[in-house]
This record gives sequence, C-alpha cells and structure tokens, in this order.
Amino acid sequence: MTMANMSLQKNPMPEQDPQVRAGNFREVALGYTADIAMDEAQRCLHCKNAPCVTGCPVNVPIPDFIDRIKEGDFSGAYQVIRSQNALPAICGRVCPQESQCESKCVRGIKGEPVGIGRLERFAADTAMAQGTNKAEKVPFCGKRAAVIGSGPAGLTCAGELAKAGWDVTIYEALHTAGGVLMYGIPEFRLPKTLVEREINSLKELGVKIITNAVAGKAFTVDELLEEGNDAVFIGSGAGLPNFQKIPGESLCGVYSANEFLTRLNLMKAYTFPEHDTPVKIGNHVAVVGGGNVAMDAARCAKRLGAEVTILYRRSEAEMPARAEEVHHAKEEGIQFRMLTAPTFIEGDENGFVKSVRCIEMQLGEPDERGRRRPVPVKGSEYELPMETVIIAIGNSPNPLIKKTTPDLPTEKWGGIQTDESGRTGKKDVYAGGDAVTGAATVILAMGAGKKAAAAILEDHPS
Amino acid sequence: MFPIVQKRVLNETVTLMEVEAPLVARKAMPGQFIIFRIDEEGERVPLTIAGYDREKGTVTIIFQKVGYTTEKLDTLNEGDSLLDFVGPLGEPTKTDGIHRCAVIGGGLGVAIAYPQAKALHDAGAEVDLIVGFRNEHLIILKEELQAACTNLIVMTDDGSNGNKGFVTQALQKQLEAGRDYDTVIAIGPLPMMKAVCDMTREPKIRTIVSMNPIMIDGTGMCGGCRLTVGGETKFACVDGPDFDGHLVDFDEAMARGRMFRPEEAKAKEKHICRLTGEDR
Repeated sequence: MTMANMSLQKNPMPEQDPQVRAGNFREVALGYTADIAMDEAQRCLHCKNAPCVTGCPVNVPIPDFIDRIKEGDFSGAYQVIRSQNALPAICGRVCPQESQCESKCVRGIKGEPVGIGRLERFAADTAMAQGTNKAEKVPFCGKRAAVIGSGPAGLTCAGELAKAGWDVTIYEALHTAGGVLMYGIPEFRLPKTLVEREINSLKELGVKIITNAVAGKAFTVDELLEEGNDAVFIGSGAGLPNFQKIPGESLCGVYSANEFLTRLNLMKAYTFPEHDTPVKIGNHVAVVGGGNVAMDAARCAKRLGAEVTILYRRSEAEMPARAEEVHHAKEEGIQFRMLTAPTFIEGDENGFVKSVRCIEMQLGEPDERGRRRPVPVKGSEYELPMETVIIAIGNSPNPLIKKTTPDLPTEKWGGIQTDESGRTGKKDVYAGGDAVTGAATVILAMGAGKKAAAAILEDHPS
Repeated sequence: MFPIVQKRVLNETVTLMEVEAPLVARKAMPGQFIIFRIDEEGERVPLTIAGYDREKGTVTIIFQKVGYTTEKLDTLNEGDSLLDFVGPLGEPTKTDGIHRCAVIGGGLGVAIAYPQAKALHDAGAEVDLIVGFRNEHLIILKEELQAACTNLIVMTDDGSNGNKGFVTQALQKQLEAGRDYDTVIAIGPLPMMKAVCDMTREPKIRTIVSMNPIMIDGTGMCGGCRLTVGGETKFACVDGPDFDGHLVDFDEAMARGRMFRPEEAKAKEKHICRLTGEDR
C-alpha cells in the first residue's frame, strides 16, 4: 500500500465561481475528480476502531469504502456505502458531516478531517454515471408494509424493508416523490435529477410509490392496517410552517420559506413562464431566520436577482445553519443583520409589503437548551425598505394524520411519540423523522427510518 | 393519470368535467376540494368538488375559464387525462343542526353551492337556493338546482331572465318577508360573500362562507392560503375552506387574491400565443 497522504488540509471542493453561480440554479459544488478523490482517500488512516462510523446516524462503514476509492474500485465503494445507506448521493451533499462522521476523524485533531462527505458523493456520482448503482430485487417474504411520506425517513425505511423481501408501498401527498428533497432543498445544493435517480433505484428494489395520496384525507392509518399491511411507517415530516405572529404577515409579498421554496424547487417557478407557477420577488428581500432553510431561501432569492438580507435575532455563533451554507451565502453577496428581529411589516395601499420594522437585540441568559436568549434593546427600532419577506423560523408536524388516528399518542406540540426504535403507542404503527422530532436534518430522518425498519423486521419475523 | 370521462359546456365560460379518481371519490364530501395539475409544466390549482360518484369512482369539477390554466384545461376533452388530481382536501361542510337555510351562490360559486344545497335538502332541511348570474345566458345547472331546494330564486345583474338584481337583494327580500334562517351559506366572489355577511351580521344569522384563496400543496405545507379569521391566522386548506363569514377579514383576502395578477396576465398571454401561434 502507498504511504498515507499527510496533508493537513482536505482537498478543496471545486465550485462554481460565486459571481457566476449567484445568477444560476446549477449545482454550486462540482464534485471531486477521480484523481482528487484518490488523493483525498489517501488521507484516511483506516483507524481500527473507526471513530467516524460512530458519528454516522446510519453506520456507513466509512474506512472500508474509502479503501475501495484508494484502490480505484469506485463501484465497490458505492456498494459498501449502499449496504448501510439508501441514498448516498444525497447524503454526500446535504449531511452535516462536520458535526457527524468528520467531527470524529482522527485527522481532524491536527488539521482538517478526511473529506468523508465529498468522497461519499464522489462514489455515488461515479456509480450513477457508470450505471453500476443497480439494485437487485429480493424474493417476496410474505409481508407487506405501507409507508406514509416519501421524504428521507420514508424512503430509507422502505428501502430497508424491500431489501428484506417486504412488499412496500409508499404514499406521497404531493405529485412528486422525495418530500423535502424535492420541494425544500434547492437545485443548486441537490440536483433534482439526482434525487429522482436515487428514488428509481429504490423502485428497482420493488418499492411502489403512489403520488397524489394524502394520508388522513384519502385514507387513514387504520384503513392501511385493515387492507392487509403488516406494518405502517409514518414519515410525514414537519410540513406546517410557523409564522412569527407579528403584524403584517398576511400582506402580499410575505411568504413562508416552505411556500417560496416549493414554488421554486417543486414547481420550478424560476423558469416562469415556461413552467406555469409564478413567484414574485421584487428587488429587496428580507429572510427571517438563521437555519439551513433560511440560507436556502436567501440564496434562491439572490439567484432571482434580488438584494437579500438575512435577519437573525441571535449572533452568528448561535446560527443553526451549517457553517458551509453561511459561507456560501456570504460569498454570493447575501447581507447578514445579526441580533436583529422584525417587529412589524408595513404595507402599501394595495396590501403589498413596503418595509420591515426591526429591533436590535442583545444576548441575555442562556435558555433551557443552553442558547443565549435574545433580548430587545429599547429604542433601537428602525425601518428597512423591502418588497418581499420570507419567514424561515421553523415548521411543525402536519396534523392531518394525528387528527384521523385518535389512538396514536402524540406530544402537545404535535410530534408523534415513539420509543428509541420508532415504535409508536399504536400496534404495528411506526414513525420517524421530523414527524417525531420536529424539524431536523435529512440524515437524522434517514437514521430514524432505518431504525424503524429494523424494529418492524424484529416485530414481524417472516 | 386521471381520465376525463365526461365534459359538458355549461355556458360560454363555465365547463363541467367528470374525472376518474377513485381514491378521491371514495372519501369526498360536499365542501371539500381537489387540486389538479394538467401536465409536467403545470401549476397546482384548487377546485371545490361539485359532485362525486363513489361506485364509478369519479369526481365532478366545474370551472370557469378565468386564467391560463383553466383556459388550458378547457382545451382537454373526454378521453384526455389530467396528470395529477389529489384530494379530497379540506374539511367537509358541517350540515348538522341546519333546518332552515339560505344557500347563496354567485357565478361559478353556484357550482359549489349546488352540492351543499342538495346535501341539506336531502337531509330534510328547508333550503332557499338563491343564485345570481350576470345574464340569462350564463345560467347553469337550472334543473339540478331546482331539484336541490325548496325554493329557487335566480337573479341576473341585467334582469334578462326577468328577475333583475344581486343575490344580496334577493336575500334582503327574503329576510324582510320574515324568513327566519338558522344558517346562511354563501359561496361566490369575495365581494359577494362580504356583502352577504354584512347583511346577516346585524340579525345575527350564522353565515358560512367557502374561501378559495391561492394555494400550492393544499395540505397545510405552504401557508399561501392563510386568512385572518377572528384575528387569528388560519389555513384555508386544512382549517377550511368553510369559515364563519362574520369573522373573515375579506379585505385582506381580496388583496392576497390579487398578488399574482400581473403574472397571471403574462401566463395567459403565453396561452394565446400557443393557441394562435402568434408571436408576441
């Protein structure tokens, strides 16, 4: 074996130039070439105890797949990842590796960790390009499952069950499968053709997907059980947008981040009028919030040609968005006003947004979660002229299933109660992802889908 | 795909379509709505359910050609299919406890008022059905309406059917004649519903309106359909579409309804270009 590459830095990710990409919706990160990937793979020391794996919610055998890349066996690398992870090309792009696998990497003690996410993406993209990502259908074991929601939790759960020979049907409310991967995360961070390809490889495993099927409306969880499903998994996500409850939020020009992103990502409003769904943006856009969704909304608005300002009530240190997303947003020219909260949205005579009144904040005592609480500074109010305001302050679980499944125990705030393995208080019903935890990440939802699948297999031996 | 099994032109701008959608037909109730999408480039458009046949697995929609997508929908015929058709969405109209009511429909709203009147009439309620059109050529569903109520009052703006006036004037007359409705249901353009609510507020007659704001997903996800009802934000798609009309902020709803007017005009222009081949 060749000597390890002892460079302290990761191989940088080739990216579209910030000036150029701020005007298009194409993917920002271009991906490693084979040479760069093999060079980066050499930085992995293949630690025996593999601390990186403990940081992965779905336990990808990281050193093993990196070894394959070192050897130039890229499709082998993909198969290793795929053994534990149903959606490698997606995880390689949107996982917060810096707080998961890469945070445990020994190389990170002195220098930067191995670029695990970048290598995962490389392996997946290469396998897809070469067509070596094919999955084999497993013989039917006699068990059937219904999965509600085709987001990361549902897709992962379905994939795991299909691999065990289950007959799985996914029910999706929207017209396209993928959940937040399709309607939420923008094209420039996660190309939609790639999500479609990942979903197609699940279909090759035998997973059936029925779109335009709203659980809690067209059918209930009980009906799915009566119709011969041995288990039902609920991965309906956290789709209900929160508003700030300040005056002016119903003015024209105020969007929830969900609406704004759905118009763009799912309905392709950025191509209007080629696609029929419009979006109105104006020249000055305020995005309220500091999470990944706020960054996505801001960067989309920028690409539509607007001047974009992010308003966040704490300081940068408390921002829940990934550092990489904040960095990209800044590179693209998005303004940040930290310690700033909107208190009032002013409208014009036609009911359109005219300006946003803001107040400065300072950080007070830590709250129960340890984050310092923002406190308004008296007399610090000022006005910012704006035409659009996008509210990205979080989402709550969708109540449709809760409403129609009275014996499904839920939390006060709407989340479905489960044990650690995703078992709900209702027999044969399992749940995972944002529907259980409230808004979190793609990979945590996938982890939950995978755990629930394991519990389903354990409770229903074939 | 969702095949169109019947198409009927009701008047020059209003068309009825019966669409094969078994999953929707199985559970549909009066007052609920569907969302359709014609093709890959299409927008999602909500329409209230005008009827359903559980055995045939079909759902009836009635639409007015008001914009790009409805114009395009009208070019489809029996045997063609819609790409997407999802529902039933929203809460059904609550008909319990209604014994004497006026159901009021304006324009296209008549198509939605009809199944509600029918459901109430079938349940034994006394139903005055008051409907209004611009002129007599635009009157739709005359026979169906007649069979769905105790009294049918048809008004025209220009008096061409011999009964000139707005639906509110007809309602006023009924109230003055001493009709003691326990409920009024109003479905139609926002200004009409607002006018009805203004009339029933003083005599404190419970008034239900059916709201039809701009929406995308119809399941509570986008919040685009939000309304202010009694000072609280409500989502028409999951909390409605029926609301207590006396609590709805109609002015705000009207302003929100105008949000995409210029874009709608632009899209409609595109449609004309495609139909006529004109280069604009």
